[in-house]
Amino acid sequence: MVRSPQSPVLSISGLVKDVGPLPTLDGKMLRVVSGLSLVAERGQVTALLGANGAGKTTTIECAQGLQKRTHGSISLLGEDPDTAGAGLRSRIGVMLQDGGLPPSARPIPLLRHIAGMYKDPWPVGELIERLGIDAFSRTSVRRLSGGQKQRLALAAALVGNPEVLFLDEPSAGLDPQSRHLVFGLISELRNRGMGIILTTHLMDDAQRLADYVYIIDAGRNVAEGTVAQLLEHPLPPGAGEQHIRTLLFEADPGLDFTGVLPDGVDVTEARAGSYAATGALTPADLAAITAWWAARGIMPRSLSLEARSLEDVFLDISGREIR
Amino acid sequence: MTRDSAALGSAPAGSTHPARPLGGAPASLLRRIVLQGRYETITMLRNGEQLILAIVLPLLAMVGLTVTPLLDGFGASRINVAVPGILALCAMSTAFTGQGISTGFDRRYGVLRFLSTTPLGRTGLIAGKVLAVLAVLALQVLVVTAVALPLGWQPDPQGWAPGLGLLVLGAAAFTALGLLVAGTVRPEATLAITNLLWILLGALGGIVIPAERLPAALQAVVHFLPSGALGAGMREAFLAGSVNPASVLVLLLWTAIAGGAATRWFKWN
Repeated sequence: MVRSPQSPVLSISGLVKDVGPLPTLDGKMLRVVSGLSLVAERGQVTALLGANGAGKTTTIECAQGLQKRTHGSISLLGEDPDTAGAGLRSRIGVMLQDGGLPPSARPIPLLRHIAGMYKDPWPVGELIERLGIDAFSRTSVRRLSGGQKQRLALAAALVGNPEVLFLDEPSAGLDPQSRHLVFGLISELRNRGMGIILTTHLMDDAQRLADYVYIIDAGRNVAEGTVAQLLEHPLPPGAGEQHIRTLLFEADPGLDFTGVLPDGVDVTEARAGSYAATGALTPADLAAITAWWAARGIMPRSLSLEARSLEDVFLDISGREIR
Repeated sequence: MTRDSAALGSAPAGSTHPARPLGGAPASLLRRIVLQGRYETITMLRNGEQLILAIVLPLLAMVGLTVTPLLDGFGASRINVAVPGILALCAMSTAFTGQGISTGFDRRYGVLRFLSTTPLGRTGLIAGKVLAVLAVLALQVLVVTAVALPLGWQPDPQGWAPGLGLLVLGAAAFTALGLLVAGTVRPEATLAITNLLWILLGALGGIVIPAERLPAALQAVVHFLPSGALGAGMREAFLAGSVNPASVLVLLLWTAIAGGAATRWFKWN
């Protein structure tokens, strides 16, 4: 997918955000975001993908005007969010990570209240129906399940019918049905031309929803592209330039594959009899391994070939160690 | 999702309604503030603890002061000395303790952050809170007056204008103080601090019991407290029908200092 150069909904350039001073750092400032840049377009879902603490939430909160940036420039619908007024705020919708809804409120009066802040809001009845809120419309926010709370928070973010929608970890706490509903609505809104910016630490979210992904690590963007482009991200040194794939199969335990497959294809036996061959597999490699089985009369009990996942790319880029 | 609904054309997949163009405009500033004020007023009035603090405790204090000799010797009936202080206590209940606690918890739950991303914004949010404080205070004045008049309260008719004006000024000072506490410490601490100060200032802050009745060591301090200034000013207004300039000055200073400090140090998240 080509990123069009004209009028992105959000453009962040060289964003730096320091917080503190923090007593845990001897009163020093902590740099949470250090030189991050990104662009989000209309009619696209742009995902900020990164581990917890990578700086995703800080970045979008600077874009929403909730946090003041230390350095860098941000243009949201052509305005600086730090100085913009109600006009800009009426064109964006925000779903915070912690929901931001008063615990004692009931869904419908709350949505009607927020709708009143806009001149021509999305009719509340329509939103309630679309997000299945009638099912819990008489329950106070504090008693809602995680999925219900997320759906209500999404409705609250959409009630102004925004051009730009920010979703901070939208699938947190979603049960499978809510997830299906919410993801369906996000795709529909994208198709209607809404610019959607979401943060997630879940590869699956990014892979299913995002048109363009920025991988964020330690306050920087370390890789970007469509999911397809990222899956072609150069492999670690020595692995060549080809697509990495994994061949999964089950057979007798304790087989020794030394010499069957070329260097760079790694065979591991995760559980007894359950094998994974990972690397830049070629058709010749598949022929070699099936010939090797044929020569020994081995019939695998199961066999599947998987492409490299976004998770592999992410771990290759941002490292596999726990931080 | 059936094939037929996809064939209907303009409606996007899964939608039961035609798509509206994206992008909105804000409602007018006045409408946003009035809506927020109304929402916060209803929330306050639906909260049982807030109602006890705002209505029940001041009424109990008023009855207590009229059946005990605490306020004897001021050259006026007990009820005439008591009611102006009770109105001042109402302002402290609503503007400081009630509003401080609700703002503290709204901050904890991210409500302040969410609302500040809507057209309401931070300024509208604060204006809405001030409006809600004034609305609840107006109700308190009506209830206290309705109970006090049958008990024999005879306010100086000249006292209403300066008295209500001073009450609004006192509410401003206490709102600023409540926001300062709510915006700088954890909500549990806000709860403790604002409740404790309500009791301490209510009993010993010169608000319902005039400074003259307090221990000598306290008297000098009390005149400079927002509670003492508001209590003394209210009594002067409703007993003598006159304005106490010292009270006005002290309350203006508290409003300016606490308001400035809250603007400077209030943490939204």
